[in-house]
Amino acid sequence: MIPEIGQFALVLSLILVLIQGTLPLIGAAKNIPAWMALARRTAQGTFFFLILAYGCLIYSFVVNDFSVLNVANNSNTQLPLAYRIAAAWGSHEGSIMLWVCLLGIWSFAVSVFSRHLPEEMVARVLGVMGLITVGLLLFLLFTSNPFERIFPMPADGRDLNPLLQDPGMVLHPPMLYMGYVGFSVAFSFAVAALLSGKLDATWARWSRPWTLLAWSFLTVGILIGSWWAYYELGWGGWWFWDPVENASLMPWLIGTALIHSLAVTEKRGTFKIWTVLLAIVAFSLSLLGTFLVRSGVLTSVHAFATDPRRGLFILAFLALVIGGSFALFAFRALRVGTPGAFKPVSCETALLGNNILLGVSCGTVLLGTLYPLFLDALNLGKISVGPPYFEKVFVPIMALVVLLMGAGPLIRWKEMDASSLFRKLAIPFGVSFIAALLLAIMLKGFAWTSVVLLTLGFFMAFWILSTLIVRLMQALSGDLAKKLRRQPASFWGMCLAHLGIAVFVIGVTVVKGFEAERDVKMAIGDTVEVGGYTFKLEGLEAVTGANYDATRGTFALIKGEKELRKLYPEKRIYASHGMPMTEASIDSGIFGDRYVSLGEQLSPESWIVRVYYKPFVTWIWGGCILMALGGLLALIDRRYRVKTHHPAPISLMRYTLTGNTVIK
Amino acid sequence: MKRKWVLLIPLCVFMILAVFFMVGLNRNPREIPSPLIGKPVPSFALPDFRSPDKTVTEKDFAGKVWLLNVWASWCVSCREEHPVLVKYAKEIGVPIVGLNYKDKYADGAKWLNNFGDPYTLSIIDADGRFGMDLGVYGVPETFLIDKAGFIRYKQIGPISEEVLYNTIIPKIKELESQ
Amino acid sequence: MKKWLILLISWWLVLPAWALEATPTENDPVAQKRAVELELKLRCLVCQNQSIAESDAELAVDLRRQVRHFVAEGKSDEEIIQFMTDRYGDFVLYQPPVKTTTVLLWAGPIVLLLLGLASMLLLVRRYSKSADQSNEQLSAAEEARATALIEGRDEL
Repeated sequence: MIPEIGQFALVLSLILVLIQGTLPLIGAAKNIPAWMALARRTAQGTFFFLILAYGCLIYSFVVNDFSVLNVANNSNTQLPLAYRIAAAWGSHEGSIMLWVCLLGIWSFAVSVFSRHLPEEMVARVLGVMGLITVGLLLFLLFTSNPFERIFPMPADGRDLNPLLQDPGMVLHPPMLYMGYVGFSVAFSFAVAALLSGKLDATWARWSRPWTLLAWSFLTVGILIGSWWAYYELGWGGWWFWDPVENASLMPWLIGTALIHSLAVTEKRGTFKIWTVLLAIVAFSLSLLGTFLVRSGVLTSVHAFATDPRRGLFILAFLALVIGGSFALFAFRALRVGTPGAFKPVSCETALLGNNILLGVSCGTVLLGTLYPLFLDALNLGKISVGPPYFEKVFVPIMALVVLLMGAGPLIRWKEMDASSLFRKLAIPFGVSFIAALLLAIMLKGFAWTSVVLLTLGFFMAFWILSTLIVRLMQALSGDLAKKLRRQPASFWGMCLAHLGIAVFVIGVTVVKGFEAERDVKMAIGDTVEVGGYTFKLEGLEAVTGANYDATRGTFALIKGEKELRKLYPEKRIYASHGMPMTEASIDSGIFGDRYVSLGEQLSPESWIVRVYYKPFVTWIWGGCILMALGGLLALIDRRYRVKTHHPAPISLMRYTLTGNTVIK
Repeated sequence: MKRKWVLLIPLCVFMILAVFFMVGLNRNPREIPSPLIGKPVPSFALPDFRSPDKTVTEKDFAGKVWLLNVWASWCVSCREEHPVLVKYAKEIGVPIVGLNYKDKYADGAKWLNNFGDPYTLSIIDADGRFGMDLGVYGVPETFLIDKAGFIRYKQIGPISEEVLYNTIIPKIKELESQ
Repeated sequence: MKKWLILLISWWLVLPAWALEATPTENDPVAQKRAVELELKLRCLVCQNQSIAESDAELAVDLRRQVRHFVAEGKSDEEIIQFMTDRYGDFVLYQPPVKTTTVLLWAGPIVLLLLGLASMLLLVRRYSKSADQSNEQLSAAEEARATALIEGRDEL
């Protein structure tokens, strides 16, 4: 019964969203206020039914309704409750469903927080979001129905992939998708601007907070994913340049360019074409990321083999959304654009450089990710493009970005005297460079390759920090209290996010430069030393978890003579899949992690054990948290705060009411 | 308006990508072509499955077209392939050599007892070294070797009746006639 | 169910005899580091998206051991990589070799960067010209905004 309600709710939301995606857009084009007013109500109705449908799906998972195919394939009676809920987005159907649902949430949020926007703009933005929802709902209902029943009903489900049975699974996909889907708002604003031909500073002011919020979510989503991979995959890596990860990195890079470009559009009224383009690209990459990667064109498992309609449907959908918006862009962009007017040494130039460099870095990631596909499609053989390639090409481009990032905040808008800029930058540059060089030599001696790399890494971090300090001194000189109050939240957001990058760079540099690992055969009583810490294997025991059997090792972590704590890595075998899973055990600290995981069993008493010392690794994620906080801080800037609620004009209220009756 | 064409770049890039995705939909990323095709079969000296004190080498098949089928009792897809081999062993008409890959001898013997033995000869690769020389990464895999001892074709994954009739038998005929 | 599970575990536990040696490079940190760096460059074919350093798959375990044997025997990186590509093809390499089919891959980022910098130069030159033209005629609104900027009220 409940799955049928969910199914029915999906159909109802499709009907509503068909209205949301058509009438308001036509209304905006032909200036029919009643049709425009439908946008909000339909978006809210759609939201309600989508949430209802998702609730039904989660309910089916919670009560183990194995007559639903999706539940039978991805859950199991032995699966703990939290993972049964998370399993609702673990499958292909479930994750598309989550996507649609989040799109519903964002549309709802736009409909609620857009009271101060012109009706025409709201109608267009929600209309575009409605059209995207239509496509996804059709995909869901026709090719990936999450509520499909099976008969006869199996006694038990197949279980969720053990790799996904982790707290990371509960948080990572919703966060990441909030980011992906959040870019749909900026996208819709951009398309609305192209449709109406109007794009001014107020437009940028409206779309900026939405973009910042989506970007912050995406940052957190990526961070959780990285951290999850770090402790779950069992060998201490935190970024793998896997197509799935690249698919999340690309929208992040373009999203980062977008929030900067939006700032220029808001402040200076220029970069409009850039902003629109970046908004379209950021969302297009989100779509590309979720679908092409999830659906298996890029990675492993021939997911479409079971149903080739899925692949074609998705491609057609992407062609319509991305191709359509790029076509619109090509023909309408000049209408919204205004030529920039600024001198070579100006903040605009720096931000233009930022847009271009982030675009280039994203293009590079895209090239590396898709290249194997290109070769295969042309029958030129199969190759792999992995971390060594990306590290070689991506890091130098990012070094340029960081260089620019340090200078950017110190450059004035429109025009600046080159020599005064030089004077401002000379001291931070010199200090950072000397400090980085000294630190590298102090820590690593004179081995030149490592000194070069370490110096470069430290320099980038110090450069950001020192220029930030100069910027702060400049902002706060004179009457401190008064100046403090005068700086807008977005300024502090910028500082925090840039600080986050510096922290991130320090983390990466130190981990890369000083991590140590051992991979040894150990029996009970054996010890191994890494990074000044000793790991002693004290015991091995068989344990039984909720849905797995495991071997658990007991290790004592010893520094000098003192035992710091015990660590309990496990090797699990999940009942349903039979594949071995490594559960690492980590002693985490601000200045480094001690990490131990069980490799392969050699004999009943001995194992290959992997131990790692990962100094400053937590700074990588700490940096990401600071970036996301920076985004959120900029978001609460009072400029974006919803102004006092003007009561809607009577005429409009009537239209909304009629809108309501239309729905019923 | 002379710069308008620049604005078409994103659309063009996307269209090119879309064409590649279209082609990519029909590809199987799991199938990795073997670099050994056109190269001589790696030399080996492995025990005969039926009488393990006897050693078999690639020279025993000189002058013959033969199939080398990599299998193991723990391999799930082999169960799918095995009946096809048993049924059509005669029709294939050339020696089929089974390579029992990283298996326990007893398990392998039981498997052949239970499901039938289509092999002219079986050899044991208990530690997987020969498998590594062959670039085996997913069992079952089957190599077609010509009279001069060169690998001519590699089937990745189970041989179905369709693969047998459309690919393997025609290729055998072609090689036999050379 | 249970029986099947035990079968699987036992299969997984029964590693080939030569695998039961300890890792041959474990007592030599330099060799160990070199082995790990090599392993990170080699892709596990079964798992599709992991290097052989990371994977728990049996093939990865075998290949890892092979790499360590070679390193302990003093084989060069090139020889070891050659050994792998002879057997598994270029697919096994995470860093594709430079050849005619990969020229675009390796040249692409540089070309992109140069294109980016060139277009930036063009744009800046054009905008700088229009800045010269518009400098004389500031509108009242721009005037107000400029004052705001100078006073530092309007920040990024």
